[in-house]
Amino acid sequence: MKHRPSFILSQEDWSLHRKGYEDQTRHQEKVREAIKDNLPDLVTEESIIMSNGSDVIKIPIRSLDEYKFKFNNDKKQHAGQGDGDSQVGDVVARDGKPEKGKGKDQEAGDQPGEDYYEEAVEFEQLEKLLFSELELPHLKQKERDQIKVKDIRFNDIRKKGLMGNVDKKRTLLESIRRNALENNEKLLDISIDDLRFKTWEEVVQPHSNAVVMAMLDTSASMGYFEKYIARSFFFWMVRFLRTKYENVDIVFIAHHTRAKEVTEEEFFSKGESGGTICSSAYLKALEIIEERYSPERYNIYPFHFSDGDNLSSDNKQCLELIQELLDMSNMFGYCEVSQYRKSGSSLMSTFRKIKDPRFRYATIREKSGVYDALKTFFSKENVDAS
Amino acid sequence: MTRVEHHELEKAINEITEIAVGFGLDFYPMRYEICPSDIIYTFGAYGMPTRYSHWSFGKAFHRMKLQYDLGLSKIYELVINSNPCYAFLLDSNSLIQNKLIVAHVLAHCDFFKNNVRFSNTSRDMVESMSASAERIRSYEMKYGKQEVEDLLDAALAIQEHIDPSLIKPKKRNKNEEHLKPKSQGPYDDLWALDQLENEEEPQGSRTRKSFPPQPEKDILLFIQEYSTDLEEWQRDVLTILRDEMLYFWPQLETKIMNEGWASYWHVRILREMDLTEEEAIEFATLNASVVAPSTTSINPYYLGYKMFEDIEKRWDEPTDEEIERYGIVPNQGRQKIFEVREIDGDTSFLRNYLTKDLVEDLDLYLFQKEGHNYTIVDKDWENVREQLIQSRINGSFPYIMVEDGDYLHQGELYLKHHYDGIELDVKYIEKTLPYVYYLWGRPVHLETIVEDEPALFSYSGKKVHRKFL
Repeated sequence: MKHRPSFILSQEDWSLHRKGYEDQTRHQEKVREAIKDNLPDLVTEESIIMSNGSDVIKIPIRSLDEYKFKFNNDKKQHAGQGDGDSQVGDVVARDGKPEKGKGKDQEAGDQPGEDYYEEAVEFEQLEKLLFSELELPHLKQKERDQIKVKDIRFNDIRKKGLMGNVDKKRTLLESIRRNALENNEKLLDISIDDLRFKTWEEVVQPHSNAVVMAMLDTSASMGYFEKYIARSFFFWMVRFLRTKYENVDIVFIAHHTRAKEVTEEEFFSKGESGGTICSSAYLKALEIIEERYSPERYNIYPFHFSDGDNLSSDNKQCLELIQELLDMSNMFGYCEVSQYRKSGSSLMSTFRKIKDPRFRYATIREKSGVYDALKTFFSKENVDAS
Repeated sequence: MTRVEHHELEKAINEITEIAVGFGLDFYPMRYEICPSDIIYTFGAYGMPTRYSHWSFGKAFHRMKLQYDLGLSKIYELVINSNPCYAFLLDSNSLIQNKLIVAHVLAHCDFFKNNVRFSNTSRDMVESMSASAERIRSYEMKYGKQEVEDLLDAALAIQEHIDPSLIKPKKRNKNEEHLKPKSQGPYDDLWALDQLENEEEPQGSRTRKSFPPQPEKDILLFIQEYSTDLEEWQRDVLTILRDEMLYFWPQLETKIMNEGWASYWHVRILREMDLTEEEAIEFATLNASVVAPSTTSINPYYLGYKMFEDIEKRWDEPTDEEIERYGIVPNQGRQKIFEVREIDGDTSFLRNYLTKDLVEDLDLYLFQKEGHNYTIVDKDWENVREQLIQSRINGSFPYIMVEDGDYLHQGELYLKHHYDGIELDVKYIEKTLPYVYYLWGRPVHLETIVEDEPALFSYSGKKVHRKFL
């Protein structure tokens, strides 16, 4: 006769088994690395630039796929099961989101659609990653930095203090604890030793302001791509400056042959016709600085985006005006956006003559160039060189 | 679990075991362990209670656990092919759920023990995988975590490319001359099976030695043996991965059968038990969710279950035609399904027993991507069957072999995809070749078909190049 198989039923303590969590942590580390590696692409990701920086954003992370030789699912037929009256031509799923199988085992069978991996990342996390690579050059100790604001913060607990500042909760807790230790039946018998007081500290914070003079060439030669690049750049620049200064203003100056101060919306949507005279923008910037943003009180960051197609007779005047702007600014940035130009424009070669370390320039040819431009403008290296 | 519940469950297991033995199920001694969800999901992600560390397991664990936490899907049990057989039950299972699961698990264990595909699997894999994990851990200490992770990343990319044939291949000899006339008829390789033992030393003709003498299916083993770039510990890691894949492979090859068999038996066994009305309803609900069909995939539980039922019915009450053509003796249904569970794998199971009536009854169809939609393109039963078989071949991985381990006389590795109508994903080729290069240490090539043209992908350290042949 067959021996009946024996069995054992047991329940152990598994609380120390952490393996899954440990490898999950490593996976998350890799996700962070992947985000960091993808920064140049993410910086100009449309969903981010248009998001106003408040949401959790979904970032497709393909580098964390487990790659192997596999069939191309789009070129292959798959089997499925209907409820009895399926017909040739029926649509069973739509692109990217085939309806999930309802079976117990989701991995059963072969499912169509690419299983690409999307990671939700908080905007702040992305910002932190990006900004950890940027630094403010030419920070000068100016008088205005000395303007300090005093603030009082209650952030400590002491045994002595003013009766008005007594911390009732902590006092009661102390009393209960002491009475319990001493085996007193009356737990709420408060003695002087039990008293706890809140105390404060004076915090001194430097008060600082900055203003970005965003200048954009809106002449006919500036297309959607050029404007989008400028938009992405200013988006990150303003956010970055906000981490360094208490208040950051931004002034939008659009120009073709004449310059005008405009709203943000107009700035990025405005399309004009005609030629380009860059000096008009610089003049306008100087005007606005004089009117509203005295260099005594503001750290000034004029940044100019253009495709470089300037009226050549204007180049000389541009040079002079930039010198003037530089004298009152922390730095001046010139960024040439051009998808097709191989070498720099005549305007660029004029600017190359400027030897002031506060003047920086960059050329952006593709979306990922925004990231490099940010790093060119906001790095400390040049300071050491000067 | 309280003492009373524990006792109740023990009683139920006793009863189920008796019924199962009565039905003729033949399984190893069982070890049931009650676990919390994160443990079940860890085991599910790793496939084993203890396995080496890798982020991909963490990723799988995270995804499975998340789905559980959100109530999207649930694993009720996990069973390990070992002797004794370990079954892990989720601690939140109700008694009736556990009854179904125990019956289900016993049938799985019977399948592990008796199906021929599993005949070569190691039955003490729990211990050996735990020992391998320990060894890989020590390599992490010695050579650095990053170093080990890089190796695992690369090796895992090709881990399925092993040779799981049941008939042990002849031991390879590097200096062996290959002189047999290349290909003759399509079935001539069968003759070679007899010659394996007594192959004559060929008379010295001076053609170039091929290496390997015949195309080699086991890419992982080939690299492990002949890569000039790997250190001893790295070869050891490849051996570990290969052994583990060999162990898991039969499960890939018998998914539909194994799940079908287990579902068939949990239904049969529970029918023999006295269930209260409430229990009966709960059982029906759970069973329905297990065998629920899907419009975009084949639920192996359901298809396998239906096929076993159908086989039993046909062998119990064969039609006159079946009696005449196949010589079926009536009332042999039970016996027949036991025979099927012993000798078939998914491909032969589908080929032999998925009938026209079944395909039509189950309303199976083929669908394909057309534009942005996935549309039903075919309902012909033979095409459906062929596609299903196709998708189960080689564990549904592309069939790739080492053609030349000394390509261009420069020790380069030449792989060839044996194209069978379905093209490979080019992006994945381009991402995987660098991993092969990492292991092989010299340029690597993969021949396949792209857009109906033979193409060769090559990687020598910088960029993947593609050229049409």
